[in-house]
Amino acid sequence: MVGIVIVSHSWKIAEGVKDLAREMAQNFTGLVSAGGLSDGSIGTDAQRIADAILEADSGDGVVILADIGSSIMSSEAAIELLEDEGQEVNAVIADAPIVEGSICAVVEAAGGGTSDSVLKAAEEAREANKL
Amino acid sequence: MPGRVYQCLSKIGESIIANKDFLTELDREIGDSDHGINMARGFHAVLEKVDPEAADIGASLKKAGMTLLSTVGGASGPLYGTAYMEAGKVLAGKTELTAEDMKAALEAAIAGIQKRGKAVKGEKTMLDAIIPASETYAAKIAEGADIVSALTAACQSAREGVEYTKTIIATKGRASYLGERSIGHQDPGATSATLTLEAIRDFLRG
Repeated sequence: MVGIVIVSHSWKIAEGVKDLAREMAQNFTGLVSAGGLSDGSIGTDAQRIADAILEADSGDGVVILADIGSSIMSSEAAIELLEDEGQEVNAVIADAPIVEGSICAVVEAAGGGTSDSVLKAAEEAREANKL
Repeated sequence: MPGRVYQCLSKIGESIIANKDFLTELDREIGDSDHGINMARGFHAVLEKVDPEAADIGASLKKAGMTLLSTVGGASGPLYGTAYMEAGKVLAGKTELTAEDMKAALEAAIAGIQKRGKAVKGEKTMLDAIIPASETYAAKIAEGADIVSALTAACQSAREGVEYTKTIIATKGRASYLGERSIGHQDPGATSATLTLEAIRDFLRG
């Protein structure tokens, strides 16, 4: 099962997106949040993201959904930290809105999708019209 | 007594922490008002996490970089974190720093920042200070200058780079939202990068 990591500057946003997305697939266990700094303040923490990637991974890869600014750079740094440690995790960052992308990704992952199809599902959320 | 690499990191940390309000004020003008606060928090953590007794320059810089990745919070976390980690890789196992080592470390740090930030010179970022500084440093040691005099010339180039950032439009990071209104303001990241180089120079000058 492909894992999903939610990265936000805000612990509350990451937790909230996780809760919302899990409603779509309540038995899906590969969904992990990595929001804020370890003391709860606003920011992104590459080590925290790296730990979340390992927790979410069950061997089929991990798709990362991230919010703004440094969340992308910190996610990239997290992937490199794992590579430097010799961890063999296939982690990719989705170019997608964090809320809609996470919901689409969870539905696809819970349905047994591959890393590529989960990434695609997340990124297709970008195109969804609301009105 | 702490080892030399820890003393050097302390010197950098003291300068960043002493300039916390100044860096934050620069960032208030063209960014999200957190650069000094974030960098000071990061360096407080670096001075707690890095082993004061360690002699291995590379291992200490790697630890400093990993700590910055986790504690700075904003974009300067992954940027400076990657810079320190890449410099640490080049200096792995070294307990003395030659002029050539310093050149390699500077170039590795810049390559790390460019990889992470996908930026080039002229976008009103820290690169506008440290790329000219690194080029000046390399030219000076090629002429036979020692590490301190080459770094002194490099710091002058970094200062000129900070002045140059006042004249250009930001196209990366939060300041890019301001467009032409970013002109007239110096870049906070270029400023903290220059403070870093000056602290290293001051430490090595003794």
